[in-house]
Amino acid sequence: MRRLSHALLKLQAYFQSHFSGTAMTPSHLRPLDLYRRMLLIRQFELRAINERKSGLIPGFIHACIGQEATAVGACAALRQEDVIASTHRGHGHLIAKGGEPKYMMAELAARSDGYCGGKGGSLHMTDFDLGILGANGIVAGGIPMAVGAALAFQMRKEPRVALAFFGDGAVNEGAFHEAANLAGLWTLPMIFFCENNLYGEGTPQHKQAPVPDLAVRAAGYGFPGVIVDGNDVLAVFEATQQAVERARAGGGPTFVEGKTYRHRGHYEGDPMVYRTREELEFWKQRDPLTRFRHHLLDAGLATAAELDAIAAAITQELDEAVAFATASPAPAPASALAGVYGETHGGRVF
Amino acid sequence: MCEEMRRDPSVFLIGEDVGVFDGVFGVSAGMLAEFGAERVRDTPISEMAIVGGALGAALMGMRPIAEIMFADFVTCAMDQVVNQAAKARYMSGGKANVPLTLRIVNGAPGSAAAQHSQSPEAWFMNVPGLKIAIPATPYDAKGLLKTAIRGEDPVLFFEHKMLYAVKGEAPEGEYTIPFGQAAIRRQGTDATVIAIGGALPVVEQAAQQLERAGISVEVIDPRTLVPLDTETLIKSVQKTHRAVIVHEAHRRAGPGAEIAALLAEEAIGYLDAPILRVAAKNVPFPYNPDLERFILPSVEDVVAAVKGVTQYRL
Ligand SMILES: Cc1ncc(C[n+]2csc(CCOP(=O)(O)OP(=O)(O)O)c2C)c(N)n1
Ligand SMILES: [Mg+2]
Repeated sequence: MRRLSHALLKLQAYFQSHFSGTAMTPSHLRPLDLYRRMLLIRQFELRAINERKSGLIPGFIHACIGQEATAVGACAALRQEDVIASTHRGHGHLIAKGGEPKYMMAELAARSDGYCGGKGGSLHMTDFDLGILGANGIVAGGIPMAVGAALAFQMRKEPRVALAFFGDGAVNEGAFHEAANLAGLWTLPMIFFCENNLYGEGTPQHKQAPVPDLAVRAAGYGFPGVIVDGNDVLAVFEATQQAVERARAGGGPTFVEGKTYRHRGHYEGDPMVYRTREELEFWKQRDPLTRFRHHLLDAGLATAAELDAIAAAITQELDEAVAFATASPAPAPASALAGVYGETHGGRVF
Repeated sequence: MCEEMRRDPSVFLIGEDVGVFDGVFGVSAGMLAEFGAERVRDTPISEMAIVGGALGAALMGMRPIAEIMFADFVTCAMDQVVNQAAKARYMSGGKANVPLTLRIVNGAPGSAAAQHSQSPEAWFMNVPGLKIAIPATPYDAKGLLKTAIRGEDPVLFFEHKMLYAVKGEAPEGEYTIPFGQAAIRRQGTDATVIAIGGALPVVEQAAQQLERAGISVEVIDPRTLVPLDTETLIKSVQKTHRAVIVHEAHRRAGPGAEIAALLAEEAIGYLDAPILRVAAKNVPFPYNPDLERFILPSVEDVVAAVKGVTQYRL
C-alpha cells in the first residue's frame, strides 16, 4: 500500500472535519485542483515569457516560477470573501485567488479586455472582484492596506481575514514594521505571508537582514511567526490555514514565512550575476510542482494519465488565452484620460 | 562618481543593488571592484534608512551619494528628504552642513506603468532647502554631479532613464558646472522653448521641424530647477517674446507652473502671447504604450504649441 504523507493525511483530515456531511469539499481544496492551479501558474509564466519575446507583451515581467506552492497553498486556506494584497511578483497570487488566464494575458498584452484595461500591466494586474487589493510596484506597498482591510473586517464584525503577500526584501521597509505593529496592537484578522525566496533583486537575503529567519520579526509585534517549507504546497496550506483560523477566531495576526526560491531572474532579462548555477540546480531539485506531482502519484490520489490530462487542458486554456489577448482590441489612446477619478466631471481631466 | 570618489575618501555610494548588480541601469558598473563594498554599499530595500543614513553621514562630514532606483520610491523616504535633510541647516541655526546627493531615476516611457515612470521634481521645488539638478546631456550630468557632491546642501539629482542611452561628449578629468546656469541649446528669435531634463531630445526634434517651417526657436535647458536661472530665461523672452515650457512631469503644478509664474511676474511686458506648457497629461502613467505616448509630451505637441504662440495675435 502506498503511504500517505503526514501533510496529506492532515489535509484529508481537514477536509473530513470541515466538509464531510455538510457540503462537498470546495473544489479549490481538492488536491488535484491545487496541482492544477500550480501548474497553471507555471505554464502561464512560461507562456507570458514567450509572448513577451515574441512581442505581444510590451512591459517587463517578474515571473514567480518556483514559487507556485506559496501562492496556491496560502490562497487555498482562504475563502472567497477574504482578501489578499499582492506584489510585483503577483501573477501566481492572482491565479491562486481565481484569476483567469485570458484576462491576465490580455492585460499583459496591454489590451482593452485585460483585467485593468491595459493600464496596469504586470506590475498592477489585479481583479478587485476577486478580493485582491492590487499587485504592487512598490515593495511592501500592499502590506499597510491589507492591515486596513483587516481593520474594516474587525470593525464591521465580519468573519473575514486579510492576507498580505510580500517578499523577504519587503520586511526591511518601514511600511512592513508599522503595519505589523498596528495589526499586533489591535489584534487584527491578518496574515503576513512572507515568500522568502532568498533574494531581493540581486541582493541575497543574508546581506539584507541580520537574521536568517524573518518569522522572528513577528515576536516584536506580539504575534506568532511560523516557518514552513514554501515549496511544499500542503505544508503552506496547513500553516496558513491555522493562521486563518486563529485570525477568524479573533486571535490576531500570524506571520507565515515560506522558504522558497525563484527559478527565473528577478525580472525577465536579468543576467543573474549574483547567484551560482549550482544553487539554482539545488533548488530545482526541490521544485514544488515536481514534488507535489510525485506526492499525488505516490499517495494514489492521481494517476499519471490524470495529471497529463490536466496539463493538456492547461495548454489549451493558455492557447485560448493568447488567442483572446491577440484578438482583443487595443484601447483607444484617449481612453488614457478616463478613470482617474470616481466621477467623470464631464469627461474632463483636471 | 568615480572621479569624485578617487579624489575624496569621504564620498561614497549607497543604495539598493548599486554594487553587485551595478545599479538597475548599470550606472555603477565596475565601481564595486574599484572601491569595495565599504564605499559602494548595497542596502536592504529601505529607502527611508538609505536617505536617513546618508543624511546622518553627511551631517558627520561624509559626502554620500544615495541612489533611489526609481523616483517613485522616493515617497518611501519622504520625511527624511523633506522634513529632515531639507531643513537641517535652517533649523540648526546654520550649524548643520548637509553635503548629500540623492541620485534619483525619473521618467517614462517604457511601459513601466504608474509606479515606475514619474517625474516628481516639482514636488520638491516646493520645499525650501533642497537643490534640484536635472541634466539632459552626458556633459552636464558629469559637471553638475561633481558640483552636487562637492556642495554643502542636499541636492536631488534627477537622471532620466531614457537619457542613459544618449551618447555625447563627457570629457575625462576635471570640470564642474555651477548650479543656476541655464544652457542655451539653440539660438532662435521667434519663441523660447524651455526644455527640462528628458524633454530636451523631444524639443530639439521639434525645433528642427519648426526651422524647416521657417520658425526659429531658442531652446533653453535650465539644468537646475533650484536654483533656477531666471535671468537667462528672461533675456531669451525679451528677444523672442514667446515662451513654451516642456517637461515630462505632470502638467498641473509641474515645474512649468513655477517657471510660467516667474515669467508672468518678471517678464510679462515682453510677452506677446500666453505662456504655454507642454507636459504629461494629468493622469497616472498607463502601461499600454499607445496610451503612455498619448499622455506624454510629443514632438507634435511641442510643434503645435510653438506654432500656437508664434501665430497668436493679441
Ligand atoms: C519601494 C521600492 N523600492 C525598491 C523597489 C525595486 N524593487 C522591485 S522588486 C525588488 C526586490 C524585492 O525583493 P523581495 O521583496 O524579496 O521580492 P522578490 O522580488 O524576491 O519576489 C526591488 C528592490 C520597489 N519596487 N519599490
Ligand atoms: Mg525575495
